[in-house]
Amino acid sequence: MTSILTESPSADRQDSAWQFAKSPCISESDGPLRLCCDIEVKALKPSLPPLADLVACPQCDTLHHAARLPEGSRAYCKRCGIVIATERATAFAQVLSLAITAFILMVAAISFPFLELDVAGHHNSISVLQAVTVFNDGIALLLAIAVAGFIVFLPLLRLASIIYALGPLVRGKPARRSAKEAFALAEFLQPWSMAEIFIVGVAVALIKVAGLAQVSIGPAFWAFCALVLITVLKDQLICRYSVWQALD
Amino acid sequence: MACSRCGRLHPITESYCTRCSAPLESRDFESPQKVWAWLIAGLVAYVPANLYPMLRTSQLGKTTESTIVGGVIDLIHHGSVGIAAIVFFASVVIPVGKFLAIAYLAISVQRKSLLNQHQRHKLYEVVEFVGRWSMIDVFVVAILSALVQFDTLASINPGIAAFSFAISVVFTMLSAQSFDARLIWDVDRTNHAK
Repeated sequence: MTSILTESPSADRQDSAWQFAKSPCISESDGPLRLCCDIEVKALKPSLPPLADLVACPQCDTLHHAARLPEGSRAYCKRCGIVIATERATAFAQVLSLAITAFILMVAAISFPFLELDVAGHHNSISVLQAVTVFNDGIALLLAIAVAGFIVFLPLLRLASIIYALGPLVRGKPARRSAKEAFALAEFLQPWSMAEIFIVGVAVALIKVAGLAQVSIGPAFWAFCALVLITVLKDQLICRYSVWQALD
Repeated sequence: MACSRCGRLHPITESYCTRCSAPLESRDFESPQKVWAWLIAGLVAYVPANLYPMLRTSQLGKTTESTIVGGVIDLIHHGSVGIAAIVFFASVVIPVGKFLAIAYLAISVQRKSLLNQHQRHKLYEVVEFVGRWSMIDVFVVAILSALVQFDTLASINPGIAAFSFAISVVFTMLSAQSFDARLIWDVDRTNHAK
């Protein structure tokens, strides 16, 4: 789809381009941007290429020209080195299928028993949501809701948003009406979906209790692990820039 | 001016992104203030998280309470040094490291430092990525409390520190998010343009 080839001055410099326009023959000392004019701002044409052809690095704001990327390659910011875009033909379909799988796995993970503990004849079986309800006295109720949110509801919401936004795109149809809001929501929720951290926490807890009693792992645990792996894989595959372009 | 949500470029005069309707802001000049506000809030929440008990264990009528650090020491005594290391790392090293790192980044931006831009940028990325992992301990407490509920034989309940610690993690995450990384690089241009 697009790639990053050359560097231009920072995106924020556009205002300076307009300011300098009033003075005659100002040329800037760095970069290819040169202004030479003695006419009013209104009549001035900025020497930046049309904005649609430019891409700004999301972390350091350096402008780059946008052009087609060869298949399977990545475009890095020239200044700070982060990945701006990647090109992969089937990326959308892969991401969508991973998201749907993850969604189904999450539903399974919260429905089935998660872990079972056997101590001296007593048996205790819990599901993921039960693990959250331990915080249920007073102020800790807030924590219960937050934890349930972080590990179940926010990931579900994020997956649903991605499915909603990318679904029609994969089939080649135009995006649905609020697909952009949905994808923006998915991006916003990214750091707050803590499903994978939950799994590591469970592993730590299991090792803590393993000495005490007999622990058996329910199907939901494996579903959750698979879910985490798929989510990580999916996040690697998404190229945000391509999606936003396609959503346009 | 680039939309911080979807990346589309706009002239400096626009207020809303034409693609994703997000409010456009060339630079978040209040970013250092927000960062410090969340950071101090997170620090304030971190203190009771360490002083109060995280886990309350009742075994055969006897109740023991353990704080975060106390729990780590217990684990070492029981021989699970690896797990103790993980818990110590996630609940002490990472949060304290985050406090120091974010404070350093905020100060360096406010002082308009030109040094080590790439390293500071990398530091910012690491902080943002790693921040969420401090929540491990909260989830451990949740799972243990849910699993081990056998009345008098053995039961584990969460202490107030779990709540405080979760709050602290959330605040430091918000603090890292409010940091506008572009301010690190902006110093370059401001100094150059003179």
